[in-house]
Amino acid sequence: MKLSGYVQNEERGLDATFMALADPTRRAILARLARGEASVNELAEPFALSQPAISKHLKVLEHAGLISRGRDAQRRPRRIEAPRLAEATSWLEGYRHLWEGNFHRLDALLDELQPASRAKRTKRRKETK
Amino acid sequence: MTAHHGSLQVTAPGDREIVMIRIFKAPRALVFDAFTKPELIVRWLLGPDGWVMTVCEVDLQPGGTFHYVWRNDSEDKEFGLTGEYREIAAPARIVHAERFDQSWYPGDAIVTTTFAESDGMTTVTLLSTFDSREIRDGALESGMETGVAASFDRLERTVLSSS
Repeated sequence: MKLSGYVQNEERGLDATFMALADPTRRAILARLARGEASVNELAEPFALSQPAISKHLKVLEHAGLISRGRDAQRRPRRIEAPRLAEATSWLEGYRHLWEGNFHRLDALLDELQPASRAKRTKRRKETK
Repeated sequence: MTAHHGSLQVTAPGDREIVMIRIFKAPRALVFDAFTKPELIVRWLLGPDGWVMTVCEVDLQPGGTFHYVWRNDSEDKEFGLTGEYREIAAPARIVHAERFDQSWYPGDAIVTTTFAESDGMTTVTLLSTFDSREIRDGALESGMETGVAASFDRLERTVLSSS
């Protein structure tokens, strides 16, 4: 395991992406846009937020390249940019995969340690690593 | 993002943090034990395939230290993690500093682990704070390398065994 060098652009891009994803309102906006494009008014509707507040969130998401604006001059609908979102997700994937393995083993151990679940356990036991 | 038992959430909010959230189907006291008793830790805190814990020492008190060593026999590799406990509020919270013995990055990571029980299930939150964004990203990437490598290993074994 070693630290590698970073390309400046990529580094800034990932920072912006993580920052964008760190807010629950912005995650909810992305979830809505994953179902199809929407105008600012449509996006603001479920939240008790003013339009300027929603626009601020949209700017952060646009800066991160996670959403873009459509061509319709009147509505300017926002749409999700799936490749950038996937890129950020894969960055975390290896780390998550490693810890998923650890926690699956912990699930099995906790199951073994609780008397109530002994009756439910099947005869085939998983090998703990 | 709603968590449910069995799903692991990992996020990297801000510049220097990694947050993991995971729910376990067990009471808090038991989960706390699994994180702090050596005889239990060695059963699950292992990383990718092929590694075992050869050292697991825990002195669970403020100022006390822990030392873990993992070994991979087939690759003849070994690495260790050493840390000190800063706060212990059993079974709710542990704060400790840690660093790899091989010093892959300078400075310590500060890890805050919290355990919260509800309806017989325990939510564990692990917050790791690093000294800089570069170090945090490096920690993520090292996980990616080993994680991806482990996945490819498994894939290779599957393909070879079926040909």
